[in-house]
Amino acid sequence: MNSIKSFPIETFDALVIGAGGAGMRASLQLIEDGHKVAMISKVFPTRSHTVAAQGGINAALGNVTPDKWEWHMYDTIKGSDFLGDQDAIEFMCQEASEIVRELEHFGVPFSRLDNGKIYQRAFGGQSQNYGEEQAHRTCAAADRTGHAILHSLYQQNLRLGTTFYDEYYAVDLLKNQEGEINGVLVMNIHDGAYKILQSPHTLLATGGAGQVFRNNTNASINTGDGLGMVLRAGYPLQDMEFWQFHPTGVSGKGMLISEAVRGEGGKLRNALGEAFMEKYAPKVKDLASRDVVARAIAIEVNEGRGCGPNNDYVLLDISHLPDEVITERLPGIRDISQTFLGIDPVKDPIHVFPTCHYMMGGIPTNIAGQVISPDQNGHQQVVKGLYAIGECACVSVHGANRLGGNSLLDIVVFGRKAALTIHEALVESNTQTGSPLNLEPVKNRLTRWQKKNDPSAEKPDSVTQVKKDLQLVMERGCGVFRDEPTMQKALIELDDIQARLEKVCLTDFSNVFNLERLAAYELENLVAIAYATTRSALARTESRGAHTRVDYTERDDIEWLKHTLYFQENHQLEFKPVNLTPKHHKSIEPKPRVY
Amino acid sequence: MKFIISRYNPETDQAPYDQTFDLDNALLAADSMLLDALHLLREQDPSLGYRSSCQEGVCGSDGMNVNGKNRLSCVTSLSELGQTVTLKPLPSLPIIKDLIIDMELFYKQYKDVNPFLEAEPLDLEHEHLQSPEDRSKLDGAYECIMCGCCSTSCPSFWWNPDQFAGPAALLAAKRFVVDSRDIKHIDRLKELDSPTKTFRCRHIQNCTDACPKGLNPSRAIQELKSIMVKDL
Repeated sequence: MNSIKSFPIETFDALVIGAGGAGMRASLQLIEDGHKVAMISKVFPTRSHTVAAQGGINAALGNVTPDKWEWHMYDTIKGSDFLGDQDAIEFMCQEASEIVRELEHFGVPFSRLDNGKIYQRAFGGQSQNYGEEQAHRTCAAADRTGHAILHSLYQQNLRLGTTFYDEYYAVDLLKNQEGEINGVLVMNIHDGAYKILQSPHTLLATGGAGQVFRNNTNASINTGDGLGMVLRAGYPLQDMEFWQFHPTGVSGKGMLISEAVRGEGGKLRNALGEAFMEKYAPKVKDLASRDVVARAIAIEVNEGRGCGPNNDYVLLDISHLPDEVITERLPGIRDISQTFLGIDPVKDPIHVFPTCHYMMGGIPTNIAGQVISPDQNGHQQVVKGLYAIGECACVSVHGANRLGGNSLLDIVVFGRKAALTIHEALVESNTQTGSPLNLEPVKNRLTRWQKKNDPSAEKPDSVTQVKKDLQLVMERGCGVFRDEPTMQKALIELDDIQARLEKVCLTDFSNVFNLERLAAYELENLVAIAYATTRSALARTESRGAHTRVDYTERDDIEWLKHTLYFQENHQLEFKPVNLTPKHHKSIEPKPRVY
Repeated sequence: MKFIISRYNPETDQAPYDQTFDLDNALLAADSMLLDALHLLREQDPSLGYRSSCQEGVCGSDGMNVNGKNRLSCVTSLSELGQTVTLKPLPSLPIIKDLIIDMELFYKQYKDVNPFLEAEPLDLEHEHLQSPEDRSKLDGAYECIMCGCCSTSCPSFWWNPDQFAGPAALLAAKRFVVDSRDIKHIDRLKELDSPTKTFRCRHIQNCTDACPKGLNPSRAIQELKSIMVKDL
């Protein structure tokens, strides 16, 4: 074990934690503005999970159908089931066209139309003129848009010479004597050595936490590390009851089958061969919002119209599409189907079922990317020195349900914006604070994981086993459909998981690439997030977006048009109003959501 | 199933050695992938070192040598491998631990080909136009996931990983050489026209055989040579 008594210190103007699209867009901006930045990532940058995004990025370019940012804004607010903050959504949609063109300038190999402009496909929940005809708003690089964007952003960072700390794990935020965030403790995964990276500006871009559920589309690295750090630092998480179950994951395995498949004309069918989305969304059918489609599939299966020997999936059929649409626009999907299902979608339908995909909630921030937390009087105050962007943040542009194509947009828009906010702060004052860092909490945490199993213990518990059991508890207790009894049961089971987490010991105490220790740190984050999710979901006695309560089936705007804030201390909940006042556009009034 | 896995922990071992693991077939499904088996083996021995992340063949973390061939464990079906599977780290780069290699030289070669678009500056009101035909020239070149399976299967890279760009870096180089938006076409070709860049390739084609994404770096390098002949 490397020393945990004292740590070497390096100082930077700003730290960016996480090298996905959000973090790399931010670091690019900060380097361009001349600042000394450390980019910290627990994996080599192009392994970050942005790489797996498939379908595309939304912007009202109007290359295929007429479009306006105002329509994009309307669709996003409606898609969010009116929980999204309208000022933030307005900002994101206004920025979208410019930010996508900028990505094109960075080299992203977008697919092209005959006139040479960026190809745009139809995606769920997109309309022209505030709810009329289907829009084509999703800019795509075949079905590998995330890969194309992530690699291009990495390449641009190489061009500018960004300082990367690859395979460094951020363990915890560090506060100075004034209680301000002033850096982070990191572990070099290669040799297990710890180091303090000190800075007046720490930007979290650590991505999602889909590993909290058993069946998910997420990479194994998506363990919500930034969220765990924020909870331990005493700040809240927002809207953690809202998890997107993507309608079309590979059945029983979870790999993502992009919404682009339906955007290009794919149809969902049940065991009777019925194109069942006609029943649930008569107007837009298979291109309804993701929460709507996921629920429809779950209902079809629950009512016995699922396919296969266990009647537990539905079919996604693209065999009627011309072969060149599949080979040119959906090559990655074809690849995944062949590899994991042994099915060629040119001929046979893909077996799909909803799978945990995206976390709408996260670390509460304002539009500038600054983390905010309520003071004792309930007023939202900026947390000095701390910023969050992308999936780990909740700004909130996705509300209760994210539209496909809006997450890639979210990461680059707020990646750039947060960097500009930090730049302005650095221009105003660039002095390292002198007051010492409080290292006690993190030292206690590191010490805890040095504990060894009692050699007489019969069959000791393991980090892996606790994680597996946690994932099962969450899948059963907080899945697509929820009610009070199942969630209460999940809470009791979580208490058991928490007790096991406190007792479990490592078996490997080596320093070089100790993945068991890494998994233990990650597990602490996952358990904290599971509590945030279950507590928030139990409190919200309504159905809204992806949060579907069997015992409270209606949306309740009088009681629940508000954001949930969860604090780790005593599992306390607070609430704050939804922003309904965009700066330029008139407010979009909540109304029944029909597709 | 039996797994013979190359183990090495620099803190305790002088040199890598093989360790044999048995895995109960009942734990595996007909369509299990090699990565699923590795996860189960790590439950037996939590110190077993290998990288993995996306588990679906797009992040490029889990390149390893499987029964003598470089592959990604997450998209390698166990059913193809027989009852005994021999796993080694990707060859030719330093081993950090077990199946985890130090890819620094591989990344350095990538960086050295200037793998970023240099286009005519343009205001943010406009996108560079590119015809579908020009865009299609990037197909087969931009999809690389930098797993390293190709370069670490290349004998020319084995001899000189510090000098020879290797197939992955040359594939990236070609992606920018053929991008109609790029304005450094000739400069790029001049840089690549060197004995250690393009011309260290002997057209052995191990790279193409190894690529888990079905790309063809060998052909890309030959195309680079043709472009040089025509444009330089």
